[in-house]
Amino acid sequence: MRTLPAVTTALVLLAIGCEKKSANPPAPTAAAPAAAAPTGDTILIGEVFSLTGGQATFGISSQHGIEMAVKEANAAGGVKGKKLETRVYDDQGKPEEAANAATRLVNQDHAVVILGEVASTNSIAMANVAQLAGVPMITPTSTNPKVTQIGDYISRVCFIDPFQGFVMAKFARENLKLNKVAVLRDLKSDYSTGLTDVFTRKFTEMGGKIVAVETYNQGDSDFRGQLTAIKRANPDGIYVPGYYSEVGVIARQARELGLAVPIMGGDGWDSEKLFELGGSAVEGHYFSNHYSSDDPSPRVQKFVAAYKAAYGAVPDALATLAYDAAGVAIEAMRRAPDLSGKSLRDAIAQTKEYPGVAGVITLDDRRNAVKPATILRVGKGKFEYVATINP
Amino acid sequence: MGDLVQHLINGLAAGTIYALVALGYTMVYGVLKLINFAHGDVMMVGTFGAYAVARALGRPAQTSLLGVAAIFLLAMGGCALLGLLIERFAYRPLREKPRLTALITAIGISFTLSYGFQLDFGPLPGAAPRAFPEIIPPREWFVFGDRTVVIWNWQVISLGIALLLMVALQALVYRSRFGRAMRAVSFDHRTAALMGIPVDRVIALTFMLGSALAAGAGILFAIKDTVVQPLMGLYVGLKAFVAAVIGGIGNVPGAVVGGLLLGLVEEFVVGYSSSSWRDAVAFSFLILVLLVRPSGLFGTVTAEKV
Repeated sequence: MRTLPAVTTALVLLAIGCEKKSANPPAPTAAAPAAAAPTGDTILIGEVFSLTGGQATFGISSQHGIEMAVKEANAAGGVKGKKLETRVYDDQGKPEEAANAATRLVNQDHAVVILGEVASTNSIAMANVAQLAGVPMITPTSTNPKVTQIGDYISRVCFIDPFQGFVMAKFARENLKLNKVAVLRDLKSDYSTGLTDVFTRKFTEMGGKIVAVETYNQGDSDFRGQLTAIKRANPDGIYVPGYYSEVGVIARQARELGLAVPIMGGDGWDSEKLFELGGSAVEGHYFSNHYSSDDPSPRVQKFVAAYKAAYGAVPDALATLAYDAAGVAIEAMRRAPDLSGKSLRDAIAQTKEYPGVAGVITLDDRRNAVKPATILRVGKGKFEYVATINP
Repeated sequence: MGDLVQHLINGLAAGTIYALVALGYTMVYGVLKLINFAHGDVMMVGTFGAYAVARALGRPAQTSLLGVAAIFLLAMGGCALLGLLIERFAYRPLREKPRLTALITAIGISFTLSYGFQLDFGPLPGAAPRAFPEIIPPREWFVFGDRTVVIWNWQVISLGIALLLMVALQALVYRSRFGRAMRAVSFDHRTAALMGIPVDRVIALTFMLGSALAAGAGILFAIKDTVVQPLMGLYVGLKAFVAAVIGGIGNVPGAVVGGLLLGLVEEFVVGYSSSSWRDAVAFSFLILVLLVRPSGLFGTVTAEKV
């Protein structure tokens, strides 16, 4: 019953879905088929993000971050005497479109490096293309471990899912001094399952106890049954590694049922929408994230000021990590002897202590960034910086 | 004990919504023998309509009695119009065609609405979930024990509104002239036409009534669960359809009982076994009921005319 409509929709959408394309300055005419060849006088950085659909804010933030990094690099004289140029394709949040866009960037546009996506599922689709073509790809924000396991051309500038589970377990045990925690996780999400597994293992190892495990499905909006069952187990805290779309409502209903314990989660909470959906019920809860715009370090504050001046908004983690990803790529281009896929791949893999805004980046032998995570507390209409937890 | 009562309240609250949505399924099925799969999505549109009205009214006005009444009436009226349009342009041309054609059309309408509302046209639709304004500011009305059981004002008010709508519908179907016409059309629409009943108008009105009811259910749903998003109709619609079938599709009290029963079964599965089993058990419950009573709990067995 459910698959049939899903397949039908997919077909219909496929039939009507036209490819959206937007080019950054200097804008080539839309019809121009041949783009910058690798031997031209510019270097092309390809980008794939979702600029329309449910995750549009993720893609637009990321695009801004990259744009800023490229502008700064061009102002500093470009790379190897050439100016950098970017071209972004919209994948509408769909893996098959992400793969199409990556193919186009590799075969038609001859991008030297590809940056993208936010969602791990889409990054995996792109990575298969990039790996096969031998073009290095850096994902700014995809945290699923599988992404960089696709091959040696794929790397990332963020930490991976299991690390977030570890970070929150440590924070819950050492900072919040919790003993009994209940888990409420998204049944079908790899992200939620990944975080839960590591959290459960680490929290138990550190002497804590998991007193209840409940699940929900994405799109649910009534969690009272689960929360009433959790209340019976009488925990000191609840771990909800889900997305803001459900977490806000969960916090509301927990308060409604009289569950007055801290709720903890991961970077899936990071959205302005959390305040709208959760109202005052989300205040006082904690989640792990890549960075905080409140972090007092000068590197962060300088970036926040520059971004605000350019785009009129406080940069979120997505913009910041995209900025770092572009930074790592550009720095690797400067170090690489030439811009062939192989040399650039090796240069990126050798990234060591790159001073990123969201933490110092060193890539390990699996091309994952090893870096600290930030714990944020949900306050009145903003996320407050609480602590930095090192790996 | 305390959590048993709490689960009972949760289950009843969820079941009330299922029941209201199931009523719309059942009415249309009763009259047309058509499973209107777009019904859940009409509910979604109604909720978005109510959201727009509430936003337009602003903070103090939307919580006043008059404001809440306006939100309900405008959303329900708008949905009635939508129901009328859907019936007139999607189902009426297909009325004499095989039943499968209308069913596929219903699925098509359902997708048009739920995916159409994900497109960004101006401020209203869009895929991102949004919070429904608290048009009934939450207040604790009854607190038992050491806060083990809390009953909120909106829970009581919602149940009241739902019961009111159900009783009104029951009276309309069984006590009014229009209801008699409706039942006649349901029995045999060709004979009804021969008896001078304006079949087209009765069917159109049934659709309008069902759609208005869906809007009401949608608003109660949004008051209960806060979040409004374009796919909400698919989930709730599917569950309500199950509820209607459990109760015996085409039967008004059956839809109510089926809805409440499904809400309670789901809640107790989550509360006392594992939450991952919820949907599996809900649908197994449907199969079980259909095995024992193939036409649902309240359905009457009809001999197939050859």
